[in-house]
Amino acid sequence: MELFFQQILNGLTVGSVYSLVALGLTLVFGILHVPNFAHGALYMVGAYIALTVMTALGVHYWIGLLIAVLIVALLSVVMERLVFSRLDSKDPLPIMIASIGILFFLESFAQYMWGSQYQRMVTPYGDTIQLFGLTVTMQRLLVIVAAVFLMVLLHLFLTRTMTGAAIVAMSQSRNGAFLVGINATRVSMLTFAIAGGLAAAAATLAAPINLVFPSMGNLVIMKAFVIIIIGGMGSIPGAIIGGYILGMAESLGATYISGDYKDLIAFVLLVLILTMKPNGLFAKGVR
Amino acid sequence: MKRSKKTYLLLALLLIAILFPILMPNQYYLQILILVFIWTIAVYGLNTITGLTGQLSLAHAGFFAIGAYGLGLLTTKGGVPFWLAFVLAIALTVFISFFIGLIALRTKSHFFAIYTMSVGFLIYLLIYKSDLTGGVRGLIGIPNPAPIGPLTFESITSYYYLMLFFLLLTIFFMYRLFHSLLGKTFVAIRNSEELAETLGISVMRNKLLAFVISAGLAALAGALYASYVRFIGPQMADIHVAFEILLYLLVGGIGTLAGPLIGTFIVVLLTQMLQFLEEFRMLVFGPIVVLLILFYPRGIVGGYLMWRAKRAKKKQILQAQHAKGGKEHAVND
Repeated sequence: MELFFQQILNGLTVGSVYSLVALGLTLVFGILHVPNFAHGALYMVGAYIALTVMTALGVHYWIGLLIAVLIVALLSVVMERLVFSRLDSKDPLPIMIASIGILFFLESFAQYMWGSQYQRMVTPYGDTIQLFGLTVTMQRLLVIVAAVFLMVLLHLFLTRTMTGAAIVAMSQSRNGAFLVGINATRVSMLTFAIAGGLAAAAATLAAPINLVFPSMGNLVIMKAFVIIIIGGMGSIPGAIIGGYILGMAESLGATYISGDYKDLIAFVLLVLILTMKPNGLFAKGVR
Repeated sequence: MKRSKKTYLLLALLLIAILFPILMPNQYYLQILILVFIWTIAVYGLNTITGLTGQLSLAHAGFFAIGAYGLGLLTTKGGVPFWLAFVLAIALTVFISFFIGLIALRTKSHFFAIYTMSVGFLIYLLIYKSDLTGGVRGLIGIPNPAPIGPLTFESITSYYYLMLFFLLLTIFFMYRLFHSLLGKTFVAIRNSEELAETLGISVMRNKLLAFVISAGLAALAGALYASYVRFIGPQMADIHVAFEILLYLLVGGIGTLAGPLIGTFIVVLLTQMLQFLEEFRMLVFGPIVVLLILFYPRGIVGGYLMWRAKRAKKKQILQAQHAKGGKEHAVND
């Protein structure tokens, strides 16, 4: 039973990271109407920036996280301005291909800048503590707490401020948003910034548990795709719940089924879901 | 008149391709060209489903790998004669892709892209983790192609002709496909599935056919690759390979007949020239992809065709104006 609860806790940690990444992805989906393949690269760059400022400048972990969030948010906006805003949102193929191009560039860039070896991020929260009879590292708890904090913050922003409402409006109906005078360019830039920031935060939170390497974003982004398909494309609660479901499934699956094929679970799940419901779970209406 | 000029040009190109090993018996060049030929076949495969039919498939590295591993496993562990294994490997991929397509093609646009990406990843993971495929260590000792009558395949020149033969076969097949009703059906589906359906086209059946053809071509390329390199590893099923095939297609011109050949030739050659970049070559190719999508979404061949069409139109307008102007002159006189 203790093992079970340990795995639940692990699932919560992993799920928090997935949820944050999927949240950004689902927000951007509301603008592009196509999942952004380059989102995983933003995740990876975020971890590297935090690691670099922490080791080179010797700043504290939280300041490193903040710097990473700001820089990646900026990078995300630049991406939107230079590439995505120039592409027709009605044609999905060019957007997908362009985002793949960006993904490749950033991955190669990271390899060039920081090398392809695996790097460890050291935090002041490596100690283990006892919690209800379970042994956990502080970092794992921090991931959960910080993720929930960010989600609440995002929720408040989207529901309580005008700017947040504009983002929601854009994702619900582009034309409707134009009609009431929402500035599409501003909303689009802001959405990309938030998505990039969330990805960087998720990466920096997860980095001390996992490792930092150039292709670290690939698996995460593929799983984030799975999550937003499970949770419904563009749905914010869907991304959060989907993230935790997948985190749990992986964590429990690794213990009780097979640790070797842990990464398979997400894709088997996806293949099963799309096999039965080609437009994803919770698909709204028909074409 | 114009048609014959084009025919002469193609014949000249073919002659150069055939005479190349005699004119330039340089091993290095031949090796590069062999790789160009193999990849071009795979790119034609992707072009059938993505270019013609408009469905972005990211599973093609997987099909390429199934073709290669099919041949490798059948010859090294199954003891099947080479050419039989060759045919079986492709048949196996077609068989598998039929069932994948049956399910995958029910999804549309980005769902299809993500679905095929997941399928590609599953294939990679299965090859990587399975004991049968040799896992990370890969598969070694794949035999050379067995001799057909007096033809043996041991020298690099003989490999060159073998690959050239299969490439020409593929191009001929694609040429016939492009000008057939089936090819036009695929394009109709790309332009609008709803419209195609209204015209009485069975969208699912045609999409499935395009998918199976494209997987079969990828498998053919994979089997050829395995028989040429004779060592295969799980990396060939990696998503990066799928992206690379897409890059070749994009540079040449998506949905065009000559695009895959030209794109693959240029990118492979560029890769060889930028060899000092090695693993960082995406630093150059990533932005190229983005720039192409932004400014030349139809690639080199597509861009050329558009330029020609524009010029022809301009000429027409000019001629019409000229004729009109002439008439006015006549009236004035």
